[in-house]
Amino acid sequence: MKVAVCVKQIPDPAVPGELDPSTNTLNRDDKLILDESDSFGVELALQLVEAAGGGSVTLVSMAPRSEVSGLRTALAMGADDAVLVSDDALAGTDALGTAKVLGAALGRVEPDLILAGVESSDGYTGTVPEQIAGVMGIASVTFAKKIEASDGMLSIQRQTDDGYDEVTCPMPALVSVTGGVVEPRYPSFKGIMAAKKKPVDQVGIADLGIDASAVGFAGSRQETVAVVDAEAREAGEIVIDEGEGFQRIADFLAELKVI
Amino acid sequence: MNLTRVGRRANVSNVDAEVSDQIIETLARFVDLDVRPNVARYESSDTYPGPMVDQMREFGLFGATIAEEYGGLGLNISTYARVIEELSRGWMSLAGVINSHLIAAQLIARFGTDDQRQRLLPAMATGERRGCFSLSEPDSGSDAAALRCRAARDGDEWTIDGTKQWVTNGEKASIVALLARTGDDISCFLVEKAPGPDGDQGISISRHIDKVGYRGLETVEMAYDGHRLPHHNLLGGDEGFGQGFRWALAALELGRINVAARAVGVAQAAMDEALSYAQQRETFGRPIAQHQGIAFKLADMATKLHASRLMVRDAARRVDNGERADMEAGMAKLFASETAAELALDAMRIHGGNGFTTEYPVERLYRDAPLMIIGEGTSEIQKLVISRALLARAKPAE
Ligand SMILES: Cc1cc2nc3c(=O)[nH]c(=O)nc-3n(C[C@H](O)[C@H](O)[C@H](O)COP(=O)(O)OP(=O)(O)OC[C@H]3O[C@@H](n4cnc5c(N)ncnc54)[C@H](O)[C@@H]3O)c2cc1C
Ligand SMILES: Cc1cc2nc3c(=O)[nH]c(=O)nc-3n(C[C@H](O)[C@H](O)[C@H](O)COP(=O)(O)OP(=O)(O)OC[C@H]3O[C@@H](n4cnc5c(N)ncnc54)[C@H](O)[C@@H]3O)c2cc1C
Repeated sequence: MKVAVCVKQIPDPAVPGELDPSTNTLNRDDKLILDESDSFGVELALQLVEAAGGGSVTLVSMAPRSEVSGLRTALAMGADDAVLVSDDALAGTDALGTAKVLGAALGRVEPDLILAGVESSDGYTGTVPEQIAGVMGIASVTFAKKIEASDGMLSIQRQTDDGYDEVTCPMPALVSVTGGVVEPRYPSFKGIMAAKKKPVDQVGIADLGIDASAVGFAGSRQETVAVVDAEAREAGEIVIDEGEGFQRIADFLAELKVI
Repeated sequence: MNLTRVGRRANVSNVDAEVSDQIIETLARFVDLDVRPNVARYESSDTYPGPMVDQMREFGLFGATIAEEYGGLGLNISTYARVIEELSRGWMSLAGVINSHLIAAQLIARFGTDDQRQRLLPAMATGERRGCFSLSEPDSGSDAAALRCRAARDGDEWTIDGTKQWVTNGEKASIVALLARTGDDISCFLVEKAPGPDGDQGISISRHIDKVGYRGLETVEMAYDGHRLPHHNLLGGDEGFGQGFRWALAALELGRINVAARAVGVAQAAMDEALSYAQQRETFGRPIAQHQGIAFKLADMATKLHASRLMVRDAARRVDNGERADMEAGMAKLFASETAAELALDAMRIHGGNGFTTEYPVERLYRDAPLMIIGEGTSEIQKLVISRALLARAKPAE
């Protein structure tokens, strides 16, 4: 079974980020790391290949400056190889542009299954995976919490507000994985050493047959016009319990129609 | 020159800086997510941290300094020291789980026969078999050469009689690197036993020694009463006869760097706790870190911590370069261990009354730090080592 995992490499969330005032995009000059949102997909992919008794896990990432740090982390967890799309022309690419680029890169990998995160930790539009499926013309299932594969079919438990749906679909398909549904393994130290020697195929947009005008700031149909601070939350109402506190809470919950 | 007698240097691959950084970053994540939130629970009840040790095994840490040809990681000592520091930032006991195991492995790698290396190192590298190191006795610690445990040759076998004290990992181990008297000399034996509390074939294991700190892993007394082992378990074979003491001292260099690195980790933990508390706790209308008395204390702490770390890294680098490091490792161990104890107490002071409760981690650091002053040669013994090396190097020309 051949699984491809989309992994985004993002600025370290522990380091305070900075916006470029001219473009309103995040500065990505420092080292980028594996987005935690994608570590769940990597873990599931490794488990699926182990369960299938063979196959491979290929990572696909689009990132500036030939960044591989985040890819190395996922390779150290056990992924076999990676395709990295890095090209100066990609600066400013919006979600749809990202999907076109990733779709083209994934097309060359020809996987049975593509996994992605539901949403990234930095951009979090939560739109790239479905757009990739659209670009590639394959089935897309969102919010997976469990995936099983057999005989060319996938059975997926799809997380909902009050439980989960059982969904089946044929392969190849793209599935977005809900954060936290599996415990991503730590890379072993032998894995870290081996990761350095694993192949990372770096390509530019020309290699993918993509025109520079279709991506980057030029090709973006979306522009971040302003960035404003989120409104501070207002203080809630403090209820002092004078013996009837439970009634006040019950009334309040009834008002919200939750009981 | 005879290879066996001078000992092979561990065949370590030079781990590059990037790999080394990634190893430490991964370990830091483990320490923050899995160790620090759980340490108090295991520590206060003196419970063996099974899940943490399992993860350390998954990482490959039981083979940390064992060469790759035997299935180990083949880490250089500089990376190994950072690994130990990072583990100890979470919980110093975790560094003890692998220390005497790796000292035993190093003895086998450097001085063992081909058969001993091929047979024992691969299983030790994965942690499938655990090792420990047994030199000290109730009446011989600093004066290790005064040990009394004895081995007598009986045809193709040896018989061991005597009592060993302070055997860390002695219960979990199935390979004991044991120092015993063989006539006037001391030799090292590789005692193989079933792991577990019940002892085996003439070996009895005491209950765990109840320690002030360094809890969660066992330190035991082991009594040998006519334990028999085959001649091929004499470390180094026939060549190893009478070499044990010298070899043990050579292997303890790794132990000394391990303990010094642990001290840096404990001191770092004390520093972190002190920094965070000093910014939260307010007195006289401001955070205590804004009082110069506390701010300067933090500055002194950080300076000593930095010096310790640099000394340990320098000693480790020397070992990696094959340079002489006895004096530098001794200095690093002396300074870093004394610093750790000092910083643990400083961090406790900064916590005020809260520091004296079991609610805050500083009390554990305060209990753990003194072991580094005592284990692998006390501070006084380090001064002995340092001054001897100093004087030997500064011998006036005749
Ligand atoms: C409101 C907003 C703010 C933005 N802010 C910035 C910014 O500050 N700086 C900036 O440079 N861009 C910014 N962008 C652009 C955005 O980062 C890119 O368009 C991005 O590639 C779109 O994806 P996302 O992060 O929203 O992905 P999502 O759709 O949230 O990601 C879901 C999954 O898709 C996959 N995926 C997404 N991107 C990649 C990738 N590059 N490589 C591999 N897999 C991927 C991953 O599996 C991920 O978990 C912003 C966009 C918007 C709409
Ligand atoms: C928790 C723990 C775990 C241990 N684990 C192991 C282990 O796994 N394997 C092992 O072999 N050993 C182990 N040890 C033993 C440890 O190495 C010894 O305790 C240590 O070397 C000190 O020896 P001692 O306890 O006999 O003290 P002593 O040698 O009795 O020393 C007592 C005091 O006298 C001082 N002193 C001694 N000689 C001199 C001198 N010449 N000049 C000045 N001062 C001197 C010492 O510095 C010390 O302050 C462990 C000890 C502890 C506490």
